[in-house]
Amino acid sequence: MASQTMFVDEAMQHMGSLYTAALRMTRNPSDAEDLVQETYLKAYRAFGTFQEGTNLKAWLYKILTNTFINTYRSRKRRPEQTELDDVEDLYLYRRMGGLEAVAAGRSAEEEVLDHFTESDVKEAVESLPDTFRMAVLLADVEGFSYKDIAEILDIPIGTVMSRLHRGRKALQKALFDFGLQRGLVAPVPDNQG
Amino acid sequence: MDEQDGHASGCGGSSSGKDECQEAIETLYHFLDGELTETRRHQIAEHLHECAPCLEAFDFEADLKLVIARKCRDQVPDELRKKVLHALIEASGEQLGGEYRWE
Repeated sequence: MASQTMFVDEAMQHMGSLYTAALRMTRNPSDAEDLVQETYLKAYRAFGTFQEGTNLKAWLYKILTNTFINTYRSRKRRPEQTELDDVEDLYLYRRMGGLEAVAAGRSAEEEVLDHFTESDVKEAVESLPDTFRMAVLLADVEGFSYKDIAEILDIPIGTVMSRLHRGRKALQKALFDFGLQRGLVAPVPDNQG
Repeated sequence: MDEQDGHASGCGGSSSGKDECQEAIETLYHFLDGELTETRRHQIAEHLHECAPCLEAFDFEADLKLVIARKCRDQVPDELRKKVLHALIEASGEQLGGEYRWE
């Protein structure tokens, strides 16, 4: 028995998260604003069907991502497929001297992470292909469970995990490239031989 | 090729130690995402207690996750907040004659 008055009170609290996600997805403030507004209107109109006690934030995200996929994503700007096969796990960590730093008893990797600016992180996230980007946003930025993400994106949990896995690799590679450009990390020779 | 087998580093010497490290690194994200069963979580935590290189890798990834969450936020423009509220008020007007319910 969800009333629409209640909707305004509760749903408005999630606007910060929704706007952030909309910006990362559309990569454009004006599209992001339209996407958020459309999401709220659709949610408002459908609120009668919302089951109290279920996750309102997840429900709003489902509407947001559906609207994005149906409306904005058709203006596709980049290929979905990226070459990630040669990107190994712990890509960034391994390249920031994890091994040597541990041997020396102290590592500065965490401090290096602090030097990434907001725009580095945002651009790195925005560089990911759509499907990976959504999974990473939902898990790492919003902290949704795999089950919620599966529900929001309407995909099986196994697909959530594989998109997250690939998305995180791609994100680490993008961050490393920013780090290189900004001199935060040093190129590591591939063969330490 | 030591780096390619899922190993965080050259920790351990025995083959069982190495397997444990490999397992730990394979479940790293499930661990950080809070998606492991209690038992599994406990097993991994025990390994991390004994294996500094794996712990270091977990710490790094946990920090990275935090940095991504923290540095990926945007302030909602006041204008947008107003626009949405306005649109919702308008939409409520459309429905007043309908099944609008006050709780």
